[in-house]
Amino acid sequence: MPSPSQDQAFSTSRRRFLQQTGQLLIGFSILPALGKLSTAVAESGTPPFADAINTWLRIDADGQLTVLTGKTELGQGIKTALMQIAAEELDIPMKNVHIVIADTGRTPDERYTAGSASIESSGGAIREAAAEARRVLLGMAATELKVPVDQLLVKDGVVTAATSQQSVSYAALLKGKAIEGTVTGKAPQKDPSKYTIVGTAWPREDIKLMATGQPVYIQDMRLPDMVHARILRPPVYGAKLKSLPDNATGNAAGIIKLVRNGSFVGVITRDEYQAIKAIRNLQQKAVWDRPLLLPAQDGLYDHLLQQTGNSEVVERNDKVEPAIAAASNQVEAVYKRPYQIHGSIGPSCAIALWQNNELTVWSHTQGAFPLRSTLSDLLRLPETSIRVIATPGAGCYGHNGADDVGADAALLAMQLPGKPVRVQWMREDEHSWEPYGSAMVMRLKGGLDKDGKLLALHTELWSDTHSSRPGGKAGHFIAGRDLEQPFTFTAGRFSGGSYRNALPLYDTLRQVVLNNCKGPLRSSALRSLGAYANIFALESFMDELAHKAGKDPARFRLDNLKDDRAKAVIETVMKMTQWNDRMERREPQRGLGIAFAQYKNDAAYFAVVAEVEIDTAAKQYRLKKLTGAIDAGQVINIDGVKNQTEGGMIQSASWSMLESVRYHEKGIITRGWDTYPIMRFKSVPAIEVAVLNRPGMEPMGAGEAAQGPVAAAIANALFQATGSRLRELPLRPAQINWK
Amino acid sequence: MEKTVVLRVNGHPNSVTIDPETPLLYALRNHLQLNGPKYGCGVALCGSCMVLLDGKAQPSCIMPCSAAATHEITTLEGIGNQQQLHPVQRAVIDLQAAQCGYCLNGVIMCGKQLLDENPDPSDEEIREALQRVLCRCGTHTRFIGAIKKAAVYKRQ
Ligand code: FES
Ligand code: FES
Repeated sequence: MPSPSQDQAFSTSRRRFLQQTGQLLIGFSILPALGKLSTAVAESGTPPFADAINTWLRIDADGQLTVLTGKTELGQGIKTALMQIAAEELDIPMKNVHIVIADTGRTPDERYTAGSASIESSGGAIREAAAEARRVLLGMAATELKVPVDQLLVKDGVVTAATSQQSVSYAALLKGKAIEGTVTGKAPQKDPSKYTIVGTAWPREDIKLMATGQPVYIQDMRLPDMVHARILRPPVYGAKLKSLPDNATGNAAGIIKLVRNGSFVGVITRDEYQAIKAIRNLQQKAVWDRPLLLPAQDGLYDHLLQQTGNSEVVERNDKVEPAIAAASNQVEAVYKRPYQIHGSIGPSCAIALWQNNELTVWSHTQGAFPLRSTLSDLLRLPETSIRVIATPGAGCYGHNGADDVGADAALLAMQLPGKPVRVQWMREDEHSWEPYGSAMVMRLKGGLDKDGKLLALHTELWSDTHSSRPGGKAGHFIAGRDLEQPFTFTAGRFSGGSYRNALPLYDTLRQVVLNNCKGPLRSSALRSLGAYANIFALESFMDELAHKAGKDPARFRLDNLKDDRAKAVIETVMKMTQWNDRMERREPQRGLGIAFAQYKNDAAYFAVVAEVEIDTAAKQYRLKKLTGAIDAGQVINIDGVKNQTEGGMIQSASWSMLESVRYHEKGIITRGWDTYPIMRFKSVPAIEVAVLNRPGMEPMGAGEAAQGPVAAAIANALFQATGSRLRELPLRPAQINWK
Repeated sequence: MEKTVVLRVNGHPNSVTIDPETPLLYALRNHLQLNGPKYGCGVALCGSCMVLLDGKAQPSCIMPCSAAATHEITTLEGIGNQQQLHPVQRAVIDLQAAQCGYCLNGVIMCGKQLLDENPDPSDEEIREALQRVLCRCGTHTRFIGAIKKAAVYKRQ
C-alpha cells in the first residue's frame, strides 16, 4: 500500500484552495464524467492517508458509497472494475456506488496508472479497505442491534440480525460520519466463490454519456472565462528560437497574450481558432537554430547495434553458449522494431488556472501526483500550492503528450492570473513530439539436439529507455528544455522495461544481455514497453526453431513449457481454430501462425492464432482473423477483459503491419495520419477471444498481454503462407519473396 | 473579421458572431457548447469531428462556418439523448462498444447515415461506411456488431 503522501499540517488557505477548486469542479460540466459525488467527498478537502479506511471509501447519509482511487480512467474501464470490488465486499448495490479518480487534493497517491497493474494494486487496496469498512460497520451494527456479529447478514447496504429480523442500514449507522479506522489488511474478505458482482460483465456507465455527447473528456471541459492557447513547437528536437518578429502574430484578432520564454512560445486567445491561426503565422516567421537529427534513418539499427558500452546481463547462465556451440542444430536470427507512436485519437489537452497564488491543472495524465511534483520543479512552486485533477482524455496507451501539455498550460496560466487557460495540441504536435516506443534490435541464438529438442536460448537486445515519465524532473517536459533557463533532460536509470519478456518462459537454459542505447528520437512508455518487441522476436524465433526441428510450432511450444496455465491458453486457441486439422490439410494462399506469452512472465497468459490470406499476383496479404485466449486470473469484469484484449489485438495488428515513425535530418516526417497511417475498418481482422476465468486466483491486468504475441503470430502465419521469414517490423509485403 | 453567421443545428437556427473562416467544428464546440463532434486531426483524416450535413456524414473540421450556413447540420446530440436513444446509440451501449470512446461520435454519425440509406447492411458495407473513422483503442469489431444490432433495433 502506498505510504502517506503529505504531512498533516494543512493551512486554512490550502483547505480553502481545495474546497474552491473542488466546487469549481462540481459546478461545471465535467461532473457527469465523475458520476454523482457523494456530499461526503464533495465537501472534503482532507489530505489522503493511505492506511485510513476513509482514504479509500466514504458512505454518505444517503447510503451512497464513493470509492477513491489514485488511478485514472484511460478507457480501460478501471472505474467500473474498482466499483465492483468495493460493492462486492460491502454488499452495496452498484447503483449506489460512485468513484473519484486521481486528484492530488482528494485521492490517495498511487503514482502511475500503468503496467496493467491497477487491478492488482488499487483493486487490492480497495478490497482491503472495503473489507475493513465492513468489519467496522458490522461491529457498529452488532452494538446497535444487540446481537453478535456472526448473526448479522448484509444485503443492499442494510444489516439484519438473523434472529430478530431487526435491521439497520450502513447510512443509519454512520449518519454521514466517516468510517473510523485503519486498514489493517486483516479484515476477513469475502470468499470469491460467493461473488455476485465481481466477475460479471457489469456495464460501464460512461458509455451512455459518451454515446450521447455528454461532457466526458478534458477536451469537453469549459470553465467560466476560459481562454484558448496553442504552442509554437520547435521544428526539430533541440532547436533554439533565434528570432521572432514583434509583429509575428500578424494582426490576428482575439490575441490576449503572446508568451515567450526562451524557445518556449505560446499564444493565448479568446477563441480557439484564433490561436490556431496565430500559430500558423508564427511558424512562418520564427527563425530557428536547428540541429540536425542524426543518424540518418537507414543507419538507425546499426547505430543501436554499435552501442555495447552500457550493457547489463539480465540473466546469466554460463552453460548457454557452450550448449548452443555443441548443439547439432544452431539457429540465429536478428529482429527489428522501429519507433512507433501512441497515436491517441484526441491530441493531448490540459487546462490550468493560476489564482490566489495557487495553481490547478486538469489533466489526462497517467500520474497526477508525479505531474504535480514535476510542475513544482518547473515553476519553483511548493507542491502544496499545486493541485492536479485527473480528467479522462482519449485513450493514451502509455506516456504520450499528456504531461507535456500540462506543463504548457501551467506555464501560460502563470502569465495570465485568474483565467483558466486551455491548451489543445494540434495533431502534428502529438505525432511529432510525443515520446515514442523505442526502436529495438533483438539477436537470438538457440540450439537443438538431433531429435529437435530445445537445448538453450541466448538473447541479446538493444534498446533506448521505455520510461522517461516526468517523475519530478522538469527536464522531462518538452517545455522545460525550451525555457530561457532550460532544465536539462537527464535520462533516469534504464528501467526493466527494455528487457520485459526477453527472458524466455520456456523450460531451457537461457541467458539474456541488454545493451542500453541512446537513440535519436524521444522515447518512453508505450503499451507493454519492450515486451512487444521481445515477444515478437522470441515467438518468431520459437517458430524458426520448430521449423528447423521439423515439429508443429504449437506442439513445440507445449513440449517446452512446464506451466499448466501457459499450456491451457495454447491448447484453447488450438481447439478454437481446429489447429491440428488445419495444419494437416494446408489450404493454398492461407497461413496460420501461433504465438504465446505470459506478460512480464508473471501476469496474464495469452496465446493467439493469426490467419492470413495472400494475394500473390497483387503482392499483398490480408489478416483475416485473430483468435486469442487469455487467462488473467480471477476475472473482475469479464466483458472488460474481453474488450481490452480485443482492442490490444487490433492495435498490435496495426503496429505490426503498418506502423513506423520516419524522420530525416530536418525532423520527424510522420506528422499526421497521412504519413503515419493506422489500421482502418476495412483491414481489421475478425476477432475471437476466450477468457479463462480462474476464481480464487490473483486477478491480473489484461491490458497489455496481447501486444507481443499478435506481432509474432502474424509473422509466423506469413511464413507458413509464403515461406518468407519477416524479421523486421512492420511486416510489410515488400519483405516477402513473392517468387 | 467577425460576422454574424446563422447555423441551423439540430433543427434550430443559431446566430454566432465569428470569423466566418472558422471551421464549423469550433463553432459547434465553443460557441454552441456541443460535445459530440471532437477535434482529432483538423484535416479530414480521422472522423472524430463528424456531423451530418443535410443527412450526410461529413467532417466539420475543414468546412468554414460561412459554407456550413447553407446546410442543415445535425450533431450527435441531435440524433438522440439519454432518455430517447437513437438505435445506434442504444446498440453501442448494449454491446458496450467503446473503450475510451473518443471515436464514438464518428462511428455513430457514419452508422446513422448508413442505416438511413441501407436498413440491412452487410459487414462489408458497414466497414465501408466507417472507413473514414479512426479508432486507436481497437474497438472496431464491436462497432461493426453494434451497427448490425442497431439495424435490427431500427427495423423493429
Ligand atoms: S478532426 Fe476532422 S476528421 Fe479529424
Ligand atoms: S474507443 Fe478509443 S479511439 Fe475508439
